Amino acid sequence: MKAKKAAIEARGVSRVFAAKGQQAVAALDDVSVTINENEFFTLLGPSGCGKTTLLRLIAGFDFPTSGQILLYGEDIAVLPPFKRPVNTVFQNYALFPHMTVAQNIGFGLEMLGKPRTEIDARVSEMLALVRMEELASRKTSQISGGQQQRVALARALAPKPKVLLLDEPLSALDYKLRKDMQIELKRLQHETGITFIFVTHDQEEALTMSDRIAVMSKGKILQVGSPHDIYDRPAVRFVANFIGETNFLKGIVRPSGKVKLAAGAEIEAVAPEGAKLSGEVTVVIRPEHALLVKPTQGKLKGVVDNIVYFGTDTHFHVLLDDGSEFMVRQQNSGGAAADFAKGDKVGVQIAAGTARILKD
Amino acid sequence: MMAELNPAAQIAEAAQQVASKRNRLLSTPALVMITLFGIGPLILILIYSFLKAAPYGGVEWKFSTDAYLNFLFQRDIFDDTLQFSPDYLYIYARSIGFALITTIVCLFIGFPTAYFMATREPAQRNWWVLLITIPFWSNLLVRTLAIMFIIRDEGLINHILIWAHVIDKPITMLYTNGAILIGLLYSYLPFMILPLYSSIEKMDFRLVEAGHDLYANKRQVLWRVIIPLAKPGIIAGCLLVFIPAIGAYVTPLILGGGTHLLIGDLIAQQFGSGRNWPLGSAQALILMAAVLVALFFYVRNTTGKMTHG
Ligand SMILES: Nc1ncnc2c1ncn2[C@@H]1O[C@H](COP(=O)(O)OP(=O)(O)OP(=O)(O)O)[C@@H](O)[C@H]1O
Ligand SMILES: [Mg+2]
Repeated sequence: MKAKKAAIEARGVSRVFAAKGQQAVAALDDVSVTINENEFFTLLGPSGCGKTTLLRLIAGFDFPTSGQILLYGEDIAVLPPFKRPVNTVFQNYALFPHMTVAQNIGFGLEMLGKPRTEIDARVSEMLALVRMEELASRKTSQISGGQQQRVALARALAPKPKVLLLDEPLSALDYKLRKDMQIELKRLQHETGITFIFVTHDQEEALTMSDRIAVMSKGKILQVGSPHDIYDRPAVRFVANFIGETNFLKGIVRPSGKVKLAAGAEIEAVAPEGAKLSGEVTVVIRPEHALLVKPTQGKLKGVVDNIVYFGTDTHFHVLLDDGSEFMVRQQNSGGAAADFAKGDKVGVQIAAGTARILKD
Repeated sequence: MMAELNPAAQIAEAAQQVASKRNRLLSTPALVMITLFGIGPLILILIYSFLKAAPYGGVEWKFSTDAYLNFLFQRDIFDDTLQFSPDYLYIYARSIGFALITTIVCLFIGFPTAYFMATREPAQRNWWVLLITIPFWSNLLVRTLAIMFIIRDEGLINHILIWAHVIDKPITMLYTNGAILIGLLYSYLPFMILPLYSSIEKMDFRLVEAGHDLYANKRQVLWRVIIPLAKPGIIAGCLLVFIPAIGAYVTPLILGGGTHLLIGDLIAQQFGSGRNWPLGSAQALILMAAVLVALFFYVRNTTGKMTHG
C-alpha cells in the first residue's frame, strides 16, 4: 500500500467563543485529526458540535484560540483566506447575485490573475463537469436550488484547490435531488482527485459517501474511521447511538472475558483496544445482528411488544425478561422468519462476534 | 381560427379586472394629492414662465418668451438689442459644481460610515441609525445658524485656535465657498448614509467570505462584491443628495452670505426683490429639466454597467 500523505492536519485545535457577559463556549475542544490527500473525509455530528467552526478555521475565516492547523505540513496560521489553496462550498452556496453563472465560476481564477483565455476554457470545462452548459449566462437568482448547488461546486473547484471544504452542501435539497447529488459529488471527487472535507449531520449520507468519517460531539472528535469502523465498531456510546440504531445492554465482565448480561444470558463481546475489561460495562448489538427464534433456542428471552413494518424490513421491539427493550430487525425476504405476533414469547439469538463492549 | 374562450377563464379575467379597478380606487387619495400639489404647481409655473412680468411682482396675462430669453441674454437698455450674458449659466454651473462635490464627498464619507454601522451587532445598529437621524430633530435653519456661530470670525473654532495660540488673527471661514460646502455636506450627509446603510445591512456578509475564499483580497472584495451589492444604496444616496443640494436655498444663503449666489437663492430672488415671476419660473423649470436629463443618463449608466461586477 502506498503511503498516505497528510493534506490537512489539526493539532490540538481549540476555538473558544467568549462573548461579553456570557459563558465562554468551546466550539472546538482540543481537536487533533489528520486528513489525507485525495480522501473523501466527512465531519459528522449533531447541530452545534463545531463542524462549521472547524471548516472556518481551515478556510481561514476564523482563527484557533490554541493549536495549529497544517496544510501539507506547513502551518497556515499566517495565511489570510485569499492566500490558502482551499476553497469552500458554503452551506447556503453564497453565490454572487450580481454575476452570471459563468462569472461566478470564473471569479476565483480571475482573482488569481489568470489570462482571459485560460479562464474561459476552465469555466467551460467546469460547466461541462457539473452539466450546466445551457445556463452559463443566467443570473444565479434565476436557477433552481440544485443548480445553484452545482454552480457553487464548480466555482469552488475551478481554481483547482488542494482541499475542498463542503459545509452541508446537500442539506437544502429534497430527498431525490440529494441522492443524485451524492452520486455526482462522489464522481467529481473521483475525477478531480481533490481532497474533500465534507460536513453533514446526516449519518446515512456520511456512511455512503466517505472514505473516512470523524464523528464529533460538543467540540470534540470522538472517533475517526472508515464507515465500516464507525458502524460496526463504535468506540463510545455517542457514536453507537448517533449512527444507526443500536441496542444498549448492561452487563458485567466475567473473569472468563465473557459478559454476563443483566437480561440473563452470558455472551461473547469484543472490546475496543484500550478499554477496561472489568466490572459493569455496556454492550451494543445492532438490531440486524440479532434474530428472533423460538423461546427455547435464544440466549435472551422476552415478549414481542411492538412490530413496525418498513417495507424492506420489519422491526420487532422485544421486552426482555429484565424489563429492558431490545430491537430486532429482520429483512422481509419472503421467508417464514417474520411470523411472530405481538405478545408472543420469543428468544433472541445474537450473531457471533457482533456484540461489542463500549469504552464508556 | 380562434381559440374558444373557456368560461372559467372568462370569469377569472373579469374578477381580475374588478380587483385591479378596486386597487386603482385605493390609490386615488395619493393620486389626488400628487395632482393637486405636485403637478398643479408645475403647470402653473410652466404657464407663468411664458407670461409677461408685471412691474410690481405677479404676472400680466400676455404671452411672452422674455423669461427664457432673459435667461441667456440681456436686453440693451439703449438700442434694445439682445446680448449674450452667461451670468445665470455661471450660477447654474456653480450650483451643479457644489452639488456634485457635495455628493462625491458625502459618498466618500458616507460609505465607510454606513459600512461601519451595518457591521455592528444588530442591537447596536439601531442606535447608530438614531444617532445619524439626530440632526433631523431640529430645524435646518437653526442648524445652519449653529454652523455659522461655530465658524464665524468670533466663533468657536477661531476662539479656540486663538486661545491655543495657533493663530493670532481669526481665519475667515464664514461667507466663503468652503462654508457653503461644509453646510451642504452637513445637511445632506444623512441622506447619503441612510440608503447606503440599508443596502449594506441587507447584504449577505457570507458573500464577502466567499470572495476571500476565491482569492480576492480586501480591495478586490470591496470593488467586486461589496460595491456592486451596495449599488442600489449608492444610486439612491447620490440622488437624494444631489437633487436637493442643487436647489439648496437656506444653506448657501446663510453661510454664503448672499455673496456667492446659487440657484435656489437666484430663483427666490426673482419672486422677491427681483419681482420677475416669469423669470423665476423659467429658471426653476430649466433647473428641473437639467436635473431630469442628468438623472436619465445617470440611472441608465449605472443600471446598465457594473452588473458584470
Ligand atoms: N461567532 C460565534 N460566537 C459565539 N458562539 C459561536 C459562534 N459560532 C459558533 N458558535 C458556537 O459554537 C458551537 C459550534 O458551532 P458550529 O457552527 O461550528 O456548529 P455546527 O456543528 O456547524 O452546527 P450545524 O450543524 O447546526 O451547522 C455552537 O455551540 C455555536 O453556538
Ligand atoms: Mg454548520
